Amino acid sequence: MDMKKNPLSFQMKLSPDDFLPASEEEKESLVVMRESVSFWKDGFRRVRKNKVAMVCIVVILIIMIFAFIVPSFYPYTYKDQIFGANNLAPMQYSADELARIDAGEKVFPHIFGTDKMGRDYAIRVMMGTRISLLVGLIAAVIILVIGSIYGAIAAFAGGWVDLIMMRIVDIIYTIPDVLLIVLLSFALKAPLSALAAAPGFGWVRIVGENLISIFIVFALLYWVGMARMVRSQILMLKESEYVTAARALGASSSRIIKKHLLTNCIGTLIVTTTLQIPSSIFTESFLSFLGLGVAVPMPSLGSLASDAINGLNTYPYLLFIPAAVISLIILSFNLLGDGLRDAFDPKLKN
Amino acid sequence: MGKYILKRIVLALVTIWAVATITFFLMNLVPGGPFLSEKAISPAATAALEAKYGLDKPMSERYFTYILDAAHGDFGDSLKQRGRTVMEIITTKFPVSARVGGIAVVLSLCLGVPLGILAAYKRGTFVDSLFSVIATCGIAVPSFVICTLLMYAFGVRLKWLPTLGLEGWKGYVMPVCALAAYPTSYIMRLMRSSMLDVLGQDYMRTAKAKGLSQKVALFKHAMRNAILPIITYLGPMIAYTLTGSFIVEKIFTIPGLGGEFIKAINGRDYTMIMGTTIFLATFMIIMNVVVDIVYKLVDPRITLK
Amino acid sequence: MSEYLVDIQHERLSFFTPAGEVKALNDVSIHLNQGEVLGIVGESGSGKSVTAYSLMGLTAYPGRLIGGTLEFNGHHINDMTEKEFRKIRGNEVSIIFQDPMTSLNPVYTIGNQIEEVILLHTDKNKSQAHERARELLELVGINEPEKRLKQYPHELSGGMRQRVMIAIALACEPKLLIADEPTTALDVTIQAQILELMIELKNKLGMAIIMITHDLGIVANMCEKIAVMYAGHIVEYGTTDDIFYNPKHEYTKGLLKSIPRLDAREHERLVPIEGTPVDMLNPPKGCPFAPRCGNCMKICLREMPPVTNISDVHYTQCWMNQKEQMESEARA
Repeated sequence: MDMKKNPLSFQMKLSPDDFLPASEEEKESLVVMRESVSFWKDGFRRVRKNKVAMVCIVVILIIMIFAFIVPSFYPYTYKDQIFGANNLAPMQYSADELARIDAGEKVFPHIFGTDKMGRDYAIRVMMGTRISLLVGLIAAVIILVIGSIYGAIAAFAGGWVDLIMMRIVDIIYTIPDVLLIVLLSFALKAPLSALAAAPGFGWVRIVGENLISIFIVFALLYWVGMARMVRSQILMLKESEYVTAARALGASSSRIIKKHLLTNCIGTLIVTTTLQIPSSIFTESFLSFLGLGVAVPMPSLGSLASDAINGLNTYPYLLFIPAAVISLIILSFNLLGDGLRDAFDPKLKN
Repeated sequence: MGKYILKRIVLALVTIWAVATITFFLMNLVPGGPFLSEKAISPAATAALEAKYGLDKPMSERYFTYILDAAHGDFGDSLKQRGRTVMEIITTKFPVSARVGGIAVVLSLCLGVPLGILAAYKRGTFVDSLFSVIATCGIAVPSFVICTLLMYAFGVRLKWLPTLGLEGWKGYVMPVCALAAYPTSYIMRLMRSSMLDVLGQDYMRTAKAKGLSQKVALFKHAMRNAILPIITYLGPMIAYTLTGSFIVEKIFTIPGLGGEFIKAINGRDYTMIMGTTIFLATFMIIMNVVVDIVYKLVDPRITLK
Repeated sequence: MSEYLVDIQHERLSFFTPAGEVKALNDVSIHLNQGEVLGIVGESGSGKSVTAYSLMGLTAYPGRLIGGTLEFNGHHINDMTEKEFRKIRGNEVSIIFQDPMTSLNPVYTIGNQIEEVILLHTDKNKSQAHERARELLELVGINEPEKRLKQYPHELSGGMRQRVMIAIALACEPKLLIADEPTTALDVTIQAQILELMIELKNKLGMAIIMITHDLGIVANMCEKIAVMYAGHIVEYGTTDDIFYNPKHEYTKGLLKSIPRLDAREHERLVPIEGTPVDMLNPPKGCPFAPRCGNCMKICLREMPPVTNISDVHYTQCWMNQKEQMESEARA
């Protein structure tokens, strides 16, 4: 073939071989396929890539270690009053302890000082954190279970069952929650202490009447948001084309629920539950601050802060430490929730 | 429209009734009625008190009397502040709370909305990140922490602002700031995401294709749509501000209803607790209804049947 | 100054995404006379909308024009500022978007949204603008215009809303109307009505139209010229007759084979185009269509084919055509 100079051929070298048909393999090699990843893999990859979320997970883990593990071998306890060690500044020792140190004994320092009753403040903050975290986690589980079951029943039942169930949700939704919590924790105190006196219910006292009433309130009121969300998710998915498609292809109900509804709902559930934790902690600290939280001598971050207010002038650190810890916990859970939402449920983002 | 409003009002009334009922029975859960936990008084005095407050009558009768009276705004006398009715206390204390809360609500709207728009408009820039950090912290830090930090910094250390009471404008600064911190942050975030959502909508592209300037597109076409979610937040915000006032009024010793409520709880003033609860709940529920109706009026997509 | 209404020469446009540069347009040239209708056909992501949007300065972030010259109605698009673009948008050049359900602002009335563009670009006062809006609604075949003007978008059907979009686009009697898949989101019967309306309006008002679509059926009825785009290249360009009766590029042939025909013999099957569209983040080195092409040659995998002129208006970018041309030139 005569290669005449073609103005359009950009001075490239063309040989007759070039015009031979290309093989399938040669063609295949050109197509770059991006690897396909599963929902979970993709989600976790995005969480891992989200630095803020990763930092939050680490912070939460560290806080949990201090709240749940460290107290078991800490040399002080949250309720023991150390004689003569009232209102010590951080790292300060009482006269008695100083004498012991002089005698060659090793005395563990009061890292955050002590409170006005002579209790080591570091361990009290740790125990307070434990309580706050427990409240958040348990409340989240209660809400998750009740809310998702209620929402799922309403969505699957449909019709008038759904209508009535959702009216109830509407009513509960408009009841101002904090007012009712205040009221309940107040009203339930007496019956619960009566219950605690009954044989076999000693645990009520240990947990504390107020804490139980907080859980009861969460169980009574806070699930409605979750129920609404689960219901609307399931309804949306029920209507969605791919579920119709799966059904048309002969997939069984259990497979549809397992494969489509659960995988699609789970993102929402994880995110909502994660974001529920800080809001429960928030409420608990609020109530404790008002004196309606955990029973003395059990500390919670809110009650520690509340106790510290009177001495704000002289011992401001007694307030700052629990305040900082609670802010850090809420901040971490919030940011983690946001990160999870971005990773697992982009459509929820707002 | 009329039907919707009617439906909403009926639902509100049912909710108010539910709150009143729950309140009544919860208070009566306390064994032996509200007076047992009083300091030891003679049986004769107890009986006299019970007769006075109608506690000797059966529960059902008391319930109906109470609900009926409550419907007329009569919550009985305060147990602790002798000689004053609950309603009297509420009407003198509530305006104080409403003033502080109202300023906080207005302040958070005035700050949150424009800052949210700015963050959305400058998304991805330093300004956006800065606002986002501030808003995240504002949401995460509980109000009692903000209160006490403010008090420590400006009241105790710097001595710029009074730590208690509402004397002059200076007295308002810290309570209002403490109350407004959370809603401002929340509105800022909400406004930012809602604005971003709107900016990505097809009709914004249409506005641009029409040749409208950025300013007109932003303020005419985007604003009106983006502001809608903020309206729905007004209800919860009012509720938050009211309950937030418990803490703020306690810390700053403000003579408002929130502080009064806490005082009643600590002093076991049953009639006062019941009255305040029902009053505040009613207020919040009514505000919710108003907000809902306003929302329907502003958003033409929702047809009112 | 170009003699054409629209004259795009060697346009190159890229989106600089975090994942890398996406070359959305590679050497795209288009020209259009007054009152002419050009169809741009191609699958999603082939660059057809990007071409049209760049004429209005509507290129979305992070897209950037990196080469070529664009002229429209005597304006040099390349160095126009946002302010200058605002003067021609909705005035000299208008656009109709794909989805009428979302393209109108839900919180303003139809009247408000039509009058807005009239008030912006003409010196009509409020009542004149209202009068004009009413006229426009009549023009696009909406009955009871006075009532419709007071309604909100959600109160109108999809077809009606697209008519409103057309009314907005035509409000200032533009020289050029860009229709970006104007019927894709509509029911089939409504599609036909909207297309008919567009042809009718074009005959009445005499504007040029760029019709962006992936539906060859639409362009056959409406367009004088057709550009077939694939992965940011115009792979074939010609008159409607050229494209339908003398397609040269394998992709065009594939497209034509994949549309159902009434005159097909009984057992003739539709032939889909095998393979998947190009990943625009990692385009192949040679011809982007090569991996899906039935007549792919070794050179196709290595080099982008040059432009081969079949006739004055008809050209393709395909090694097959280039090869044939070189062979015939050699023979001559």
